Amino acid sequence: MTSLTNTIGRDGPAPALSTAGGDVPDYFALLKPRVMVLVIFTALVGMVVSQGHVQPAIGAISLLAIAVGAGASGCLNMWWDADIDAVMTRTATRPIPAGRISSEEALGFGLFLSVASVLVLGLAANLLAAALLAFTIVFYAVVYSMWLKRATAQNIVIGGAAGALPPVIGQAVVSGSVGIESLVLFAIIFIWTPPHFWALALIKADEYARAGIPMMPNVAGPASTRRQIVGYSLLLAPLSLAPVAFGFGGLLYAVIGLVGGLGMVAFSIRVLRNREGEAERRAALGMFGFSILYLFALFSALLAEQSFGLFRPVLG
Amino acid sequence: MPEPERQYRPLTPEEEARRRKRSVAIALALGAWVLLFFVLTIVKLGPQILSRPL
Repeated sequence: MTSLTNTIGRDGPAPALSTAGGDVPDYFALLKPRVMVLVIFTALVGMVVSQGHVQPAIGAISLLAIAVGAGASGCLNMWWDADIDAVMTRTATRPIPAGRISSEEALGFGLFLSVASVLVLGLAANLLAAALLAFTIVFYAVVYSMWLKRATAQNIVIGGAAGALPPVIGQAVVSGSVGIESLVLFAIIFIWTPPHFWALALIKADEYARAGIPMMPNVAGPASTRRQIVGYSLLLAPLSLAPVAFGFGGLLYAVIGLVGGLGMVAFSIRVLRNREGEAERRAALGMFGFSILYLFALFSALLAEQSFGLFRPVLG
Repeated sequence: MPEPERQYRPLTPEEEARRRKRSVAIALALGAWVLLFFVLTIVKLGPQILSRPL
């Protein structure tokens, strides 16, 4: 049997690759797998710091649903942003701008996974968790991608709420409610996001300008962005110790939070001082890399304390 | 006005192989989906699954 595919429509020949469909890894790439890993990790920590118990199978299925929901929102983001992805070197090789997957396919894939993930989480855990996941997907795909990203320099500040919600969903899975523990974790990720992204934006400012995205360095200028990076880092350092104050972060967490917070402030001051050439680039990349390590260390400490019996109370 | 006639061309062997892999992946994903709902049902209902009026 000969397989046939439509290649010529009203608009003339379509790219052969897009009509034939992408390879399996291309569809996986649409889900932004590295973001999914971070979402699984932070949601898991949100689960373990919560008061309550969940059956392991339900917990695992819930984590899978949260990860797929996050992937679906990433897919919808790639569908909407394919035009700007095409003009930035960091994103030009993504499946849609590279012509390996059509926009329509990506939209269908993202919508299906969005609905499926919310449905599964609702059945596995509870309606609150499912509603929070649905809110996260809509917030990231619609509020951030379709509106904020191209409209305001505060795009990643407000949009950062979507990335900060997984621990809240994790707590909702376990306890059926939202408590102070996950709200503190939400606040930490929320305040961590601007200095993390703006460090990258400082060295990619030309690309963002070419794509027409109003990132902070393009709108307020690099000097203001550097000051804001320092400001957010100064806010983040004490905030990261809030889990200790609220009693769910122990000695290990306190040490990592203190050292890491001081590290964030030190790296941000380095960004503030190095304003030109290779030194500027190294300082910004250092800040970007350290911020990832910092967040990972904070959440790893909480996970280790709660899961491996390493918790030693600092207060009382 | 009638639709203009669409023209088709055969898929290349490389495109066919890609489509086959995609089909297998969809089949596996559907299988996993069914298994997930089975596990979910058993875990949620537990022994109660057998306790129903006949």
